[in-house]
Amino acid sequence: MEYFIQQLINGMTLGAIYGLIAIGYTMVYGIIGMINFAHGEVYMIGAFIALIAFILLAKLGLATIPLVLLLVLLVSMGLTAVYGWTVERIAYRPLRGSFRLAPLISAIGMSIALQNYVQVLQGARVKPLQPVIAGGFKLIESSAFTVTLSYLQIVIVVLTLALMAGFSLLIARTPLGRAQRACEQDRVMAALVGVDVDRTISLTFVMGAALAAVAGVMVTLYYGVIDFFIGFLAGIKAFTAAVLGGIGSLPGAMLGGLLIGLVETFWSAYFTIEYKDVAAFAILVLVLIFRPTGLLGRPEVEKV
Amino acid sequence: MRPGATARLAGAGMGLDLPLILKEAGLTALVVFALALPLFGFRTVDSAGGLDVAYRFDWVAAAVAVAFVGRALLVAMRTLGGAQRARPGEGLLARAGRAFYRHTTWIGAAAVAFAVLLPLLPFADRYVIDIASYFLIYVMLGWGLNVVVGLAGLLDLGYVAFYAVGAYSYALASLHLGLSFWWSLPLAGALAAGFGILLGFPVLRLRGDYLAIVTLGFGEIIRIILVNWYSFTNGPNGISGIARPSFFGLAFSRSPGPGEVAFHEFFGLDYAPVHRIAFLYYLILGLALVTNLFTLRIRRLPVGRAWEALREDEIACRSLGLNPTNIKLSAFAIGAMFAGFAGSFFATRQGFISPESFTFIESALILSIVVLGGMGSQIGVVIAAFAIVVLPEWFREFQQYRMLVFGAAMVMIMVWRPRGLIAHRDPTVRLHAGGEAGR
Repeated sequence: MEYFIQQLINGMTLGAIYGLIAIGYTMVYGIIGMINFAHGEVYMIGAFIALIAFILLAKLGLATIPLVLLLVLLVSMGLTAVYGWTVERIAYRPLRGSFRLAPLISAIGMSIALQNYVQVLQGARVKPLQPVIAGGFKLIESSAFTVTLSYLQIVIVVLTLALMAGFSLLIARTPLGRAQRACEQDRVMAALVGVDVDRTISLTFVMGAALAAVAGVMVTLYYGVIDFFIGFLAGIKAFTAAVLGGIGSLPGAMLGGLLIGLVETFWSAYFTIEYKDVAAFAILVLVLIFRPTGLLGRPEVEKV
Repeated sequence: MRPGATARLAGAGMGLDLPLILKEAGLTALVVFALALPLFGFRTVDSAGGLDVAYRFDWVAAAVAVAFVGRALLVAMRTLGGAQRARPGEGLLARAGRAFYRHTTWIGAAAVAFAVLLPLLPFADRYVIDIASYFLIYVMLGWGLNVVVGLAGLLDLGYVAFYAVGAYSYALASLHLGLSFWWSLPLAGALAAGFGILLGFPVLRLRGDYLAIVTLGFGEIIRIILVNWYSFTNGPNGISGIARPSFFGLAFSRSPGPGEVAFHEFFGLDYAPVHRIAFLYYLILGLALVTNLFTLRIRRLPVGRAWEALREDEIACRSLGLNPTNIKLSAFAIGAMFAGFAGSFFATRQGFISPESFTFIESALILSIVVLGGMGSQIGVVIAAFAIVVLPEWFREFQQYRMLVFGAAMVMIMVWRPRGLIAHRDPTVRLHAGGEAGR
């Protein structure tokens, strides 16, 4: 039982991270109907910027943990957002109206390029980071197993919830959110009534990248090691989460992320850790076959 | 480009609009500064107390300067040359491409003749022939994937899985069952085709990009199984000592085993290791040419035409009474079969295989060959495979930039020439007599 609760906590933490990345996929898919294959790489870049920022702040002698965390979050979100914007500008915007597979192939190219860009610049070695936020509560203490809830896990879940709430409000209430929803429904019509479609799409990428950067900061803190390759698997799992939740739906992405995180954690805890990545892929395939609209998604009508 | 900028550029006419140039260049430089600062400016280095960072601000300055000057020149050139850009299909490359395609038959025939004669040419030493057979593996894989991506329009990111199935089925069949290469070849093809259908069934209903992700997942699943199913595949250590193929029962070795006759003994030649390499070369050349002929012929058959019709418009296909299920499955199966053949050859050429050889990057490599070649063009694949497989061999010292350049090239090809470097995509069969006949 204690073991189960511990896995539940771990799974939810992991799920929060996947959920944040999944939002980027789901928003981009909702608005331009393409899979931003390079999104996993944007998340990886966010993690690297966070790592560098942590080390720099430590060198400067800053030790107030909330301040450090806030600064790293802001720096990583801001700079990663520039990467998100640039990716859209270079690889996707010129391809609007090109043939169906063009943006996807371009995205794969972008993904490979970004991965190797970071590898060339920062080296292929695994990068470790000293724990920044340590300690935690002991929830249940028994002779066999102690269930702990670390401060870091609390930070991750609370931050995710806060960001979720903020972004839901942004989409629901602000002019930008309204423009995004308009573009999602009909881009040409939105342009006719005066929505700057290009700008809206750019901002969608910027927002997605900023959220991915938060996930990058969290993963750097949570696992304490990153390398240039983490974007690939995380990207696929987050995409699975987005599909599972219903692509185009913000709450769906979060729900999907949580489910994927839980499944992966429980799979590793109770079955075999070797095949944990197969679990995510298997879910993806099953969802796409049996419920392509996901849990919270709307059915898509293909028009001629 | 933003509409506002276009209008202003057009309005500026022939004069140089310095403020505009400075503004555009400045903005670009600012963006590049933000991009370069974290990853160019700081480099993580290992040190005694954990990770440390080193500074490289000169790199940032260089990147910003290059961006500023480059952008300024670009904008200036565009202002001077007028805002008009060459329409696609009017460029020199496109005209060269069209001329090229009028003579494909001759160019193809010349290429085949060259390929057949290659081992006899004076400069063809062991190394050249070896590289050539390596190159031909990718040509064959490109042609196989071309059936799926280029003809049927199904984006398959897990193609390497079938290549792996082919390689492992030959390795395991020769190891456990003692099957020779020639018996394993059809087996490997059939197994790979079976896996193709197995993958095809669940993904049939998916649209292009979902399909891509699921095939990617499938490729990864196969690789993870190969790594972890230790008792069957020997895990990450791979399988070594895979039997070499024989020339109709004649072994390529200096001292053949009991009851065997060696190739050089039978033909009364001196033993030379280049015999085996040349034989492997002709083997893959034959396999690749079979793939090509098969594809060229099947394009004219109803199923081949159905692939291209499906690529252009699935809904129209359905309403004309074609069955997308069978069409897609046949494309998957045939593409997979060729990958299976190529996989067997790979196993026998290397003598050693491990899951390392079958990663996603390999799939991306094959895909970029097809994309660069113009998706659907047979000769384009050859040229692209040369650019991607052989050219990097000459620039070995830039090995670590290779994938970076690939990725960037894939993006640039899509942005500038989405139909491939020199390719143009026509239906194989036309209704009107005035059009170009099939190629």
